Amino acid sequence: MALDQQQVRDIADLSRLQIDEAQIAEYQKNLSNILDLVDQLSAVDTSAVEPMAHPLDAVQRLRADVVTEENNRDHFQQIAPQTENGYYLVPRVVE
Amino acid sequence: MEWEVVIGLEIHAQLATKSKIFSGSSTAYGAEANTQANAIDLGLPGVLPAFNEEALRMAVKFGLAIDAEIGLKSVFDRKNYFYPDSPKGYQTTQLHHPVVGIGHIDIELEDGSSKRINVTRAHLEEDAGKSVHEGFNGMSGIDLNRAGTPLIEIVSEPEMRNAKEAAAYFRKMHSIVTYLGICDGDLSQGSMRCDCNVSLRPKGQEEFGTRTEIKNVNSFRNVERAIDSEIARQMDILEDGGKIIQETRLYDADKNETRAMRSKEVANDYRYFPCPDLLPVIIDDNYVEAVRSTLPELPDAKRARFAHSHGLSPIDAAVLAANRELAHYFETAAKIANDYKLAANWVQGDVSATLNRLEISIGELAVSAEQLGRILQLIKDNTLNNGGAKEVFNALVEGKGDGSAESVDKLVDSLGLKQVSDSGAIEAIVAEVLAANPKLVESYLATPEDKRAKAIGPFIGLVRKAAKGVNPQVVMDVLQKKLSEL
Repeated sequence: MALDQQQVRDIADLSRLQIDEAQIAEYQKNLSNILDLVDQLSAVDTSAVEPMAHPLDAVQRLRADVVTEENNRDHFQQIAPQTENGYYLVPRVVE
Repeated sequence: MEWEVVIGLEIHAQLATKSKIFSGSSTAYGAEANTQANAIDLGLPGVLPAFNEEALRMAVKFGLAIDAEIGLKSVFDRKNYFYPDSPKGYQTTQLHHPVVGIGHIDIELEDGSSKRINVTRAHLEEDAGKSVHEGFNGMSGIDLNRAGTPLIEIVSEPEMRNAKEAAAYFRKMHSIVTYLGICDGDLSQGSMRCDCNVSLRPKGQEEFGTRTEIKNVNSFRNVERAIDSEIARQMDILEDGGKIIQETRLYDADKNETRAMRSKEVANDYRYFPCPDLLPVIIDDNYVEAVRSTLPELPDAKRARFAHSHGLSPIDAAVLAANRELAHYFETAAKIANDYKLAANWVQGDVSATLNRLEISIGELAVSAEQLGRILQLIKDNTLNNGGAKEVFNALVEGKGDGSAESVDKLVDSLGLKQVSDSGAIEAIVAEVLAANPKLVESYLATPEDKRAKAIGPFIGLVRKAAKGVNPQVVMDVLQKKLSEL
């Protein structure tokens, strides 16, 4: 399956990646190759195979509903680029 | 053209766990920003989610309450999207294997009939944080306290045909989750939110029309109003030969209209895949049966019991059964008084009026169910007349009582409300009143027989003024007797 150049731009946009216009042709080729590989895999008949969720057939363990965490806001906010009144600040986003 | 409206709802209900779905942070509402957001909630590298067993139990409980298939194996998936209130870059949810499968509830329509609405599924997922766009000098402030709060998203089939049905469905779901104790149901705090999918199609057409989705409506009334305004908008467009654009809209309650959210230039692709950090959740029939044994009596069963066993009208039964606390209050008082009809009248009358006036819930009312029960007992044995009972009730509302039934009796004494039914005592009072008001007596006697029923009114007022709490029926009897003897 081949991607067109606009699809490459859309994927980059969804992934929040900035790419150079000059590189688009190369991405288009590489990504299309990956999809070709997936197509090859898809050719295998897996209708009788249950999808594997975990190689060891393990199941999820459950945690008791207890509050175990304390307020470590100051610690966490040391690595934030910008905070104010306890809020993390980000460039304005309004839907 | 005649149009048929098609509505489906997606309801998000916050589960009333103490800690988050995948971390040990508190879920308490109203904390200072980001004081309940730890490394897992912040999506820091290297952390692993740990699934909260109570969230699972609550979801299963919900599934059983709507008679749904329970997913013995449920799987968490990642729904990828970019927004700062979800710092992980995805929401952990359940796509292909939800914990609750197909179920149904019955809603009551205005004409008294009921309608079954099927529930497609309900799945577990995590809530996002909150963005604040004002007050940060052109930046947005992010509070991640809510991030990771457990939700169930309840998805209905598109089976509702008008806004009233949709509101009734939302109300019924609210009633069920609060009965189960799995959600506090506080709409003003966002504990339950509703997305409404609305479309129109020519009547008789099989195929659905293009739908729009109204996001995050948070009151019963607004669900109805938002849908009605959206129906009107779509109908205008379609009648003019236009086309509906599939989009997400927001409801503006002040203007009573929906408007499109800023449309995205590129359609989102959520790139779902199974969450590699979480294993499949496996439960067995024993687990399901153990949860089933904890189910309380549900609203429909309670309503039926109120109507059939206690002779309440269908409307009374529905109103009283809709809210678990109110139903419990009513039933406690009714049992003490051994009179369900009288208790129903009081709970829907003075009690509800007081709750509305003070804008409080039944749990905050200063009059306990035991006290109301005692008041009703005193009405029934003629110790209190209706006016006296209201006076005691209002005194209790104002805090003149300690919650005990005994304090009712004390108040009746201290307020002098004990009804005098002893005709000897009343005769003495009547005689005094007649002696003190000769002119009134004269004019009464001058009144023709057929108009005397009305003319007796002033005497009753005077007697009741002289002695509070006299039994009005006895007063009437004694007055008529005494006056006829003059």
